[in-house]
Amino acid sequence: MSESLGWPLWEVFVRSSRGLSHVHAGSLHAPDAAMALRNARDLYTRRNEGVSIWVVPADAIAASDPDSKGSFFESPQGKDYRHATYYVKSEGVKHL
Amino acid sequence: MSEASATRITPGNALRPEDIALAVQHGTARPSEDVGEYALRLGDDALILAQRLGHWISRAPELEEDVALGNIALDQLGHARSFLTYAGAAWGKTEDELAYFRREPEFRSSHLFEQPNGDFAVTIVRQFIVSYYQYELYRRLTASADATLAAIAAKAVKEVDYHRDHSAQWVLRLALGTEESRRRLLAGFRLLWPYVGELFEDDDLTARLGDAAVVPSALRADFDQLTGEVLTEAEIEIPQVPAALGGGRQGRHSEHLGFILAEMQVLAREHPGADW
Repeated sequence: MSESLGWPLWEVFVRSSRGLSHVHAGSLHAPDAAMALRNARDLYTRRNEGVSIWVVPADAIAASDPDSKGSFFESPQGKDYRHATYYVKSEGVKHL
Repeated sequence: MSEASATRITPGNALRPEDIALAVQHGTARPSEDVGEYALRLGDDALILAQRLGHWISRAPELEEDVALGNIALDQLGHARSFLTYAGAAWGKTEDELAYFRREPEFRSSHLFEQPNGDFAVTIVRQFIVSYYQYELYRRLTASADATLAAIAAKAVKEVDYHRDHSAQWVLRLALGTEESRRRLLAGFRLLWPYVGELFEDDDLTARLGDAAVVPSALRADFDQLTGEVLTEAEIEIPQVPAALGGGRQGRHSEHLGFILAEMQVLAREHPGADW
């Protein structure tokens, strides 16, 4: 069991073959970073999902406080001017 | 695949046992009995190891290691299926007929592969020996005069390269970890090193096959050097132990193989032709 062995938790980020940014895929237990990378390879890329993996110690991640959702995330609401949706498309402009 | 999607997860297009079966069916891959016998050896090694490793599922120290060993087992099973599919073509048999309906003396695996899993350290030592051996073997077999053997090896060598890394990482961690982990690892080396010699024994078959096969003894120097580098880092000396009797390539096995086969074959023999 993981508790008895005391292996630390790692967060796994996988960059898929489409070549965009690394995306959080999940977490796993491993004794150290080198083994965490290997476990991540086995757990999260076995169906050809990735070309690059990052692993980060879970306790090295600072996360936003779920209880301060209001002050953290609700401020943009109602500020429509931050979305450039009201512009009228000029005639003849392609690829917009 | 009708259209290539940027986000689609694809299986890739590596060689599969089904491709070999098709080539056999179309007559583009036709092994001689000698090539078949050689493919049987490599296929049986992989098959018996896959069966052994499968036992670790749900029993490894961590869920993550369950998956790692399970992945390695499935890689080995894939290699076994390719080799046995090709071997079977020499006698008009399928991979299943070879895997499930041969008797113990007809199996050609080396003794190392049938050794019990023991504790995790013993399994890691077996993996360490096997994957360094298989890596050297497949690396050379990619240049085989037999195109099918070369293709199977080209697929397998990349996977075995990873098995090598997995086992080496664990050898280092167990050797330099705790007193207990080191003690168990050293016991594993003493237990399994007697079976190393058999892997590198030449015989008439490998001599007759010439460029189609790999001469086992030619692998030994690289095997010794590369395993030696890991063992030096792990501060382990190769145990001075007498060699085991061997004979697996001639169908002479230890008491372990019969039990493995009984479990592996019972379903197929109880329900011949069953499909699921």
